[in-house]
Amino acid sequence: MQWGWLLALLALWGVPVFGQSADDSAFLATIGELREADFPDKEAIVERLTQSAHLSTRVVLTAFLEDRLYFRNDDQKVVVVKSVENEPADFDLIDPLSLKDAGAIPADQVTKIGTNNRLRRVLKTTIARFGLGNPSAAVRLEAVQDMLRSLDEGTISLLRERAETETDPKVKKAIAAGLALVDLDSSDSQTRLNAIATLAGSLNPDVRNKLASLIEKSADGTFVEADEKVRLAAGAAVTTIDDWRAFYSAVETLFFGLSLGSVLVLVAIGLAITFGVMGVINMAHGELMMLGAYTTYVVQTSMPGRTGLSILLAIPAAFVVAGFTGILIERTVIRFLYGRPLETLLATFGVSLILQQLVRSVFSALNREVKTPDWMSGTLQLNEALSITYNRLYIVFFTLIVFTILLLVLKRTRLGLDIRAVAQNRSMARAMGIRSKWVDAMTFGLGSGIAGVAGVALSQLTNVGPNLGQSYIVDSFMVVVFGGVGNLWGALLGGMSMGIVNKLLEPYSGAVLAKILVLVGLILFIQRRPRGLFPQTGRSAENS
Amino acid sequence: MKKMLVVGLLLIAGMVFSSAAAPQAPATIKIGVLHSLSGTMAISETTLKDTILMMIEDQNKKGGLLGKKLEAVVVDPASNWPLFAEKAQQLLEKDKVAVVFGCWTSVSRKSVLPVFEKNNGLLFYPVQYEGEESSKNVIYTGAAPNQQAIPAVDYLMKDLAVKRWVLEGTDYVYPRTTNKILEAYLLSKGVAAADISINYTPFGHSDWQTRVAAIKKFGSAGKKTAVVSTINGDANVPFYKELGNQKVSAEDIPVVAFSVGEEELSGLDTKPLLGHLAAWNYFQSVKTPANTAFINQWHTYIKSNKRTTNDPMEAHYVGFNLWVKAVQKAGTTDVEKVLAALPGLETPNLTGGVAKMLANHHITKPVYIGEVRADGQFDVVWKTTGTVPGDAWSDFLPGSKDIDADWVTLKCGNYNKTTKKCSGQNYK
Repeated sequence: MQWGWLLALLALWGVPVFGQSADDSAFLATIGELREADFPDKEAIVERLTQSAHLSTRVVLTAFLEDRLYFRNDDQKVVVVKSVENEPADFDLIDPLSLKDAGAIPADQVTKIGTNNRLRRVLKTTIARFGLGNPSAAVRLEAVQDMLRSLDEGTISLLRERAETETDPKVKKAIAAGLALVDLDSSDSQTRLNAIATLAGSLNPDVRNKLASLIEKSADGTFVEADEKVRLAAGAAVTTIDDWRAFYSAVETLFFGLSLGSVLVLVAIGLAITFGVMGVINMAHGELMMLGAYTTYVVQTSMPGRTGLSILLAIPAAFVVAGFTGILIERTVIRFLYGRPLETLLATFGVSLILQQLVRSVFSALNREVKTPDWMSGTLQLNEALSITYNRLYIVFFTLIVFTILLLVLKRTRLGLDIRAVAQNRSMARAMGIRSKWVDAMTFGLGSGIAGVAGVALSQLTNVGPNLGQSYIVDSFMVVVFGGVGNLWGALLGGMSMGIVNKLLEPYSGAVLAKILVLVGLILFIQRRPRGLFPQTGRSAENS
Repeated sequence: MKKMLVVGLLLIAGMVFSSAAAPQAPATIKIGVLHSLSGTMAISETTLKDTILMMIEDQNKKGGLLGKKLEAVVVDPASNWPLFAEKAQQLLEKDKVAVVFGCWTSVSRKSVLPVFEKNNGLLFYPVQYEGEESSKNVIYTGAAPNQQAIPAVDYLMKDLAVKRWVLEGTDYVYPRTTNKILEAYLLSKGVAAADISINYTPFGHSDWQTRVAAIKKFGSAGKKTAVVSTINGDANVPFYKELGNQKVSAEDIPVVAFSVGEEELSGLDTKPLLGHLAAWNYFQSVKTPANTAFINQWHTYIKSNKRTTNDPMEAHYVGFNLWVKAVQKAGTTDVEKVLAALPGLETPNLTGGVAKMLANHHITKPVYIGEVRADGQFDVVWKTTGTVPGDAWSDFLPGSKDIDADWVTLKCGNYNKTTKKCSGQNYK
């Protein structure tokens, strides 16, 4: 058995050695040096590899950048690992020279060759040169953008070459912009003018900085740019860019506000039911969200490697867990306290402490890590000035979906009808044959379940720990009170407007003051309109 | 009346009893451990409690100290600042401990300071802090700003050629003081005021969209930009997540953090943090025989190979050994005599250097800058050649420039060199 293994190793390793040319052995020797080198040396080695123009350079450097370049502990041979995703126990290897499969090896028998920030930057621009010839336009575009970040003689000439054969309009435009940036330093003023014309529509900050430098005065009072025509054109271009960037930054702020608002709506919407419809002040609402977040954690750890699916499955799971906990709280504590808000408040506060301690005992006081699926991380790049993060975008949509479903449940289902009937007039509803106690439990369960679902969303935004609920409970009460007790639309509008106002204020006042200002504004608003944005009308309003 | 009589009798009985017990020297030396074991700080402080217990166990195996066994008195101040003072009082007055190892946040230290000065106790404080303090009764084994913040900024300025600075912090005393010092330092190095942006967010801040967008915008002005982060605790996770989501990479805008260590990174998705920096005086990944031995000892004691070691643990390691040496030198655990014996003492630290106790109650420390690796450990990318002596009063703040702390010759923690006056502690 052992012999077989050895033979296999020898065979794998022996074949390339056999057919090696001088180039190949030099290449192998160079990448071998990476094992011992410090970071500045590694940079020099990368440079040498690039110059060698060996066919395997691109694969090796890409692997190096992506932390997939290892060496075997036993024979010190450098190998490329196919994938390190999800931390497999065995690595599938690729031979760095022949680029053919080279078997598998347990992960603890190889050592990674590390990189640092500087080195990764060098690697990125180096690899970008190879990306220029890639058949996919997206890869080429990325390659051009990487190269533009550090332009030198070599990259400029590569870009000029590519500009002539490039067919994709986007890539073409990116190259043209990059070359125009170079042309700004040209000695011919007409070339400079043309370059400015090309760059005028760009939103790239580098372009803006470069253009702005043209209209600056140098230390002795003369203009950096001698030609007045060029100066005027540059000035106009900078103003246009600034205007557009300011516009997009306003759009961005608006989106930030919407996304903060949707988180507020999400955490408040369950409360809008328990507090709004039933009139129960549930201080344990935050802890129900925490349970939802921990459910996400449990679901995720029970199915390793399937992050995306686990988040989707966590939504119904969290609804059920938090919903049942809610029903349990209602049946064991709250139902004895209807009509006594102060006692309910104290009792549910006690419940919240119990739930927190329970989680501490089961999961420890440390925060738990909930992974974000790939499709939820990163940004949707709309243009160079505006990008929207996916996780926030999804949460905005998620909130709207939850809101719509809840609205439909309340308006279109039998349960919703019962809930509304009991909320409006309990004794009349009972006279009509509605089991009001059952409806109470279901309503509370529904509100709690929604809190659990909010917890799934929060697990993607913040720390999953025992204190998760506490940090959102105040916000959720604020939204419900502001929106008008007992009104779902009020919660939606209240949450969104509070989010937007908060985010509009934040750049000017800072995060601490913005929160205070929103709170002060809310107090003043409640003074004027004690029943919130959408006051409840009808019989139940008169009763309360 | 009768009741009072009984109480009086009991009191007298108690006094007689205790005075009878007094001449008989206690068989053990009591060591107080004042770390939160519950509440928000429990995450960080529990580890330090375990470290001290491990050190005590180890010392007892070596035969104790002055022929006596060491005994730990562990109390739980529950992350509650006034409770810290109460528990400190209990340790000093009731348990009569010889020394206390404890506190994490600056506010807890400030809260126990009057108690230690009143009772003439001795506190070893193991966490990096904002400086501007030197008490007779406190030994600061954590880093002063010149042992962490200033070298980190130097590294960014020289090695990464950073020209624009974002000082991002949580809104409380440590970040505010540190940022004040850093701002003065940067200005003194010729950085324009327009190239420095200072911001504070509340504890546990989770919505970082606006701040990260602002950092991105600030960093797009064509000059190399870095973020110096004094963001504390929980808020770091959503901050780094948002950086990752908005595609702010460590290659473009590196973030150097002063409160993110191995402990904070364990059990965290390190993907968005990759390549970002941290400045500490110790990293678990530093390879020295002493460190390997310490890590092994820790793993055996805590019965888990997954637990990490970190900078404040090393500070406690150094502090405990310094105290042991001082007690051996003084031949007693009496606070006055131990304090007199401490300055000038040396003990090896875990990174191959020597920690020397200075007259200003701080110690000498090496400074390391590390990059976050995928496994939650740090790759050291830069370090000081020797050790840096801790400076209690920053040289870069106008008020504290002239202040000196010296408990050997001046016998003062707040001595003004120009007016030649000693003003006592700054908390007064």
